Amino acid sequence: MSTIDRTGVRERGMRSRTHRREYLVGIAFGVPAAVYVVAFFGYPLFYNVLMGFQNYTPRSFYTGEAPFVGLANYQTVISSPTFWPAIWHTAVFTVGSIAFQFAIGLGLALYFTRRFPLSGLLRAMLLLPWLLPLIVSSAIWRWMYDKDYGVVNALLKLIPGVDAGVPWLTQGNWALVAIIIANIWIGIPFNMVLLHGGLQSISADIYEAAKLDGAGAWQRFRYMTWPLLKPVTLVVLMLGLVYTIKVFDVIMGLTGGGPANQTQTLTTWSYQYSFQLFKFGPGAAVSNLLIIIATVVGLLYLRSLRRSGDPR
Amino acid sequence: MTTGTHGNTRTTPRRPRRLALGAGILGMSLVVSACSGTTPGTGSSGPAASVAPASSITEIDYFTDATSSDAFKKVLDTCSTQTGVTIQRQSLPLKELLPKVLQGASSGTMPDLAFVDNVNVQQLAETGALSPIDDYGFDLSGYVKGIVDATTLNGKNYGVSPAINTLALFYNKKMFADAGLTPPTTWDELTKDAKALTSGSRYGFAVSAPASEEGTWQFLPFFWSNGGDLTKLTAAPSVDALTYLTSFVKDGSMSQSVVNWAQADVADQFIAGNAAMMINGPWNISKIDKSGKVDYGIVPIPTPKAGQDPVVPLGGEVGVIPATGAPTQAAAAEVLKCMTADAQMLKWAEGNTRIAPRASTAAEEIKAMPVLAPFATTVLTARARTTGLGAKYPVISQALWTAIQSALTGAQSPEAALQAAQKSVG
Repeated sequence: MSTIDRTGVRERGMRSRTHRREYLVGIAFGVPAAVYVVAFFGYPLFYNVLMGFQNYTPRSFYTGEAPFVGLANYQTVISSPTFWPAIWHTAVFTVGSIAFQFAIGLGLALYFTRRFPLSGLLRAMLLLPWLLPLIVSSAIWRWMYDKDYGVVNALLKLIPGVDAGVPWLTQGNWALVAIIIANIWIGIPFNMVLLHGGLQSISADIYEAAKLDGAGAWQRFRYMTWPLLKPVTLVVLMLGLVYTIKVFDVIMGLTGGGPANQTQTLTTWSYQYSFQLFKFGPGAAVSNLLIIIATVVGLLYLRSLRRSGDPR
Repeated sequence: MTTGTHGNTRTTPRRPRRLALGAGILGMSLVVSACSGTTPGTGSSGPAASVAPASSITEIDYFTDATSSDAFKKVLDTCSTQTGVTIQRQSLPLKELLPKVLQGASSGTMPDLAFVDNVNVQQLAETGALSPIDDYGFDLSGYVKGIVDATTLNGKNYGVSPAINTLALFYNKKMFADAGLTPPTTWDELTKDAKALTSGSRYGFAVSAPASEEGTWQFLPFFWSNGGDLTKLTAAPSVDALTYLTSFVKDGSMSQSVVNWAQADVADQFIAGNAAMMINGPWNISKIDKSGKVDYGIVPIPTPKAGQDPVVPLGGEVGVIPATGAPTQAAAAEVLKCMTADAQMLKWAEGNTRIAPRASTAAEEIKAMPVLAPFATTVLTARARTTGLGAKYPVISQALWTAIQSALTGAQSPEAALQAAQKSVG
């Protein structure tokens, strides 16, 4: 008895020792990841938050001296006449881009679930916008949008009754529309690919069953495809939000935030502060605001999902 | 010899990475390196004459297109051979150059010799990261005044330019001959010619007015020639100059798309025959020549009234010597001296169609390349954008290009646009 007990104790001791070792090994494996996150996400984020409270000038780079100025940078930013327009442009750009990217991407994904000759090739070609470097696509779009010599206006003028082109890029509201259209074009493949993948995972059997029961195309989409696609939809929209709110290259390449700040979003404005005006404090403040807004919107979105039931 | 031309030729000793030590240690070392971000440079800026020059230096510039990069490499190679200093070169687009130098300033890895846009020199000097070139015995006699102004801060000179440039009026000779016109010299003539040359899809005149420094730079010849003052944006001469520029869009002789055209785009429009005249710089000459499509002439930018001299902005790169330590500073100075001596200055200015900043050298250059004459004459009195403004210039420039865009697109009247600009500058 006692021997058994002792072995039992010993075994338990050994087991707990092995557990502890496994635990430590586990931690050891986790450390690199943690260090990575702290070094490459935590530290820059912390530094950016810090800079938002400092009077950080080119001089600060060299001397390391950047006096604390409290909320002065935020005051500068919020009282700037560019602030509310930049928020508005960011909101319109994000919502406009995502809505159309998603709708068109979903339409194409549904279209390509049917197999037809050359469908694979066509689908591959639709990926093109995604594969082009953004700076290249924006240069081409800028060309196409040219008021006098651009192909977009040339096509528009072919429509009977249209004799004047649209002042794409040279009038404020049109410029905003123009960058949204270009961004939609860039974002469609991303939406299409993910949604197409989602559609593939829905079993064909249930559609067959529904068809036999007399469900029409719209009913099959509304009551079967849409709910079953929901998990993918959520991921696509969430990623779309994160990607779109921080779009920079497209806007910079097409309008540079112009004409006269009329396509300035929080990202381009932050860039302008930091790298054209060398006011790194307000630049950091703008990007901090962007981070806060993106986080809040993301959390609200996630919460609204949880309320409407677990997607899985 | 020059080692490495493009991309990331780096000379800072690489941190040894022993993979065997595991990813954790690598991660830690990266944290340490990231945290050391605020160490100030350790270089001294004292007299360097007594120190033996280093045998190798790092260099950074923004000549990334093939033509100018090759021309610049030739000069660097020659000066490397002449001075016996090995030069490790790195080229970055202008937009990325200053952030890169500032980054270097914070981590103590600045290049030993940097070629930056003259508009950034005072800003950089203000950080304390540059060593004044007065210590190295450069001979700046005969240098154009504007470029010396651009590199001087608080009585000390912080850079030597190997080549400068400015703006002039390019015109399409055939279009002018067909219309029986001669190149304009006054604002009234420019207006009339632009209108007369506008027909169909062709515009009479083009400038570059994007939301960037280029927009301000291209407007300054009109602004300054009319007596405008960058610290008084709402004064009558400033408003009149912007009203004048806006009139071209209003009367249809200039496309509103100019608010989206960089200077290279304007040159493309000129080459394509979509614009009969354009404001542009000498760096576009080789591109126009290569196209072989346009027979063009170049004249100084028209002035408000007859007989005036245009006041044009000064452009050009400046070699600066960051404070990286006496031996490397001395070596960088040797190289820069070689590059700004007559022979190399001429080679670089000609190879890159820029103007030699030493008046006597420029006169020599014009003999070989008469096409540059209009630039060479006006650049003598060209004004540095940062004179008296220093680090304040970028803020004023941004306010001004916003006002230009606002007026050209008709969003605001020139007066209202400039009032808003002055308000934002404070």
